[in-house]
Amino acid sequence: MTSLLNALPGAVSQGLIWGIMAIGVYITFRVLDIADLTVDGSLATGGATCIMLIRAGLNPWVALLIAFAVGMIAGFVTGILHTKCGIPAILAGILTQLSLYSINLRIMESKANQPVSVDKYPLLVSSRHVGGFTLKNPIFLMIIIAIVLITVLYWFFGTEKGCSIRATGANSNMARAQGINTNSNKILGLMLSNGLVAVSGALLAQYQGSADVNMGRGAIVIGLAAVIIGEVIFGKIFKQFWLTLLAVVIGAVIYYVVLQLVLMMGLNTNDLKMLTAVIVAIFLAIPFWKNKIAGKRLGKKEASKDA
Amino acid sequence: MLELINVNKTFNVGTANEKKALDNLSLTLNDEDFVTVIGGNGAGKSTMLNAIAGTFRIDSGSIILDGMNITSLPEHKRAAFLGRVFQDPQMGTAPSMMIEENMALAARRGQRRGLSWGISEAERTQYYELLKSFDLGLEDRMTTKVGILSGGQRQALTLLMATIKKPKFLLLDEHTAALDPKTAAKVLALSEEIVTREKLTTLMITHNMKDAIRYGNRLVMMDEGRIVLDISGEAKKKLTVAELLAKFSEASGHDETSDKMLLS
Repeated sequence: MTSLLNALPGAVSQGLIWGIMAIGVYITFRVLDIADLTVDGSLATGGATCIMLIRAGLNPWVALLIAFAVGMIAGFVTGILHTKCGIPAILAGILTQLSLYSINLRIMESKANQPVSVDKYPLLVSSRHVGGFTLKNPIFLMIIIAIVLITVLYWFFGTEKGCSIRATGANSNMARAQGINTNSNKILGLMLSNGLVAVSGALLAQYQGSADVNMGRGAIVIGLAAVIIGEVIFGKIFKQFWLTLLAVVIGAVIYYVVLQLVLMMGLNTNDLKMLTAVIVAIFLAIPFWKNKIAGKRLGKKEASKDA
Repeated sequence: MLELINVNKTFNVGTANEKKALDNLSLTLNDEDFVTVIGGNGAGKSTMLNAIAGTFRIDSGSIILDGMNITSLPEHKRAAFLGRVFQDPQMGTAPSMMIEENMALAARRGQRRGLSWGISEAERTQYYELLKSFDLGLEDRMTTKVGILSGGQRQALTLLMATIKKPKFLLLDEHTAALDPKTAAKVLALSEEIVTREKLTTLMITHNMKDAIRYGNRLVMMDEGRIVLDISGEAKKKLTVAELLAKFSEASGHDETSDKMLLS
């Protein structure tokens, strides 16, 4: 029990960092109705960009901002491949993701891993401080960042532009009939999403003390897990947009706490990714099964009426 | 004034399903015309509307609006002067957004969408009054998600959205075909009310011959991607369904009995 309590702050910190990534996934997966696989690459791009800039002596906040911009470029490329080249969204994301692997290695000067020491650089978050009750504890800063981001996104998706992006995802036919340029909105949404994912990667790399070219592998699945956990637990009570975003962040925290729990219960670390994939697959399938069962019941009712 | 000049469109070129949907189609719509469009299945009615709306690029010909060539203008830009209601009630609204949000989106058709708030208090009041005046029972449900409305309510809402910002042209694509007869009649009456009051230039596709005769000042019949009949004014008022059927067989050379099945 004590070991769990000791591990809890670390799990919460990581969950909050991944929560930002999950918000990015929410924007594409739920708002735009696009499954965007760019994120597996852009997460590492954010980490690589931020760490290399910090190592070069740049202020970590500025490095974070640049990581955001670089992530947006990645989303832009996927958006162009999808809307201007007619490539299906999933494939467009995979193509960008693949090319990002090479780009990330370039950014990290051809090394698969680049360390950044919290002793040498003024990092924003670090696992080093996770235990202490100080302002350096990453949990404090991450909560503030999450609140700021949710506020800004709530505002943005309430503006004329933001509403038109939501309409694009909800019904692109209707959106075009109302004079909305659905292509440019999809690009913008993908940029915003990947910018946030890169920020998450930048914070994660600082937290871990290194950027790794493989740090984004399977990120999309973790992001989806957070989105789904948030929806399953809070979907019935959290109806407003900002609460939905909050639910996504809490979903990521829950994911990491549960992860910590099952690891302590003796689960092999190597089996983690499969476990995550299975859980996500089940929760994605549930609405489909529900519809099917409801349809069958309805069919039976109709049949008995006819008889 | 809207002019379609020698418009051609073939779908699925080079495949077994190749279909010439519009065949040298020419049509001039005068301001304040209310044109009903009839024709059998596959006559090209919807294709003509979609060509005007810019859903696809036409193969050849031109589309001229008030002297301006809009043939290559993308769909979302043409929306600035078009109001559209589709056959499928699902198509005209965003289901996961509120009634008032849908209306606010439509009110900004043709405008630049910036970073000011998506809907203002003044608009809410205006939409409330508008919904109330149409007696749909929706004015007290403005924050309801559109997805849970009935097909008729959604279609009526789409109609309001299409006309909330006065369009140069209103395109109604069998917009009552998916509704039950009672709701269809209500939505149709609402359409006529709006068109008359706002003096909208309107193209309305219908499968119902009686409606085609009763509504509008001009009737156009299509067959195989061409216009085979164009009647307006007094001549249109005197039309009967039987005459229309006879004219249809005459113009298209089809067997009358089979056409009855398609048109009645």
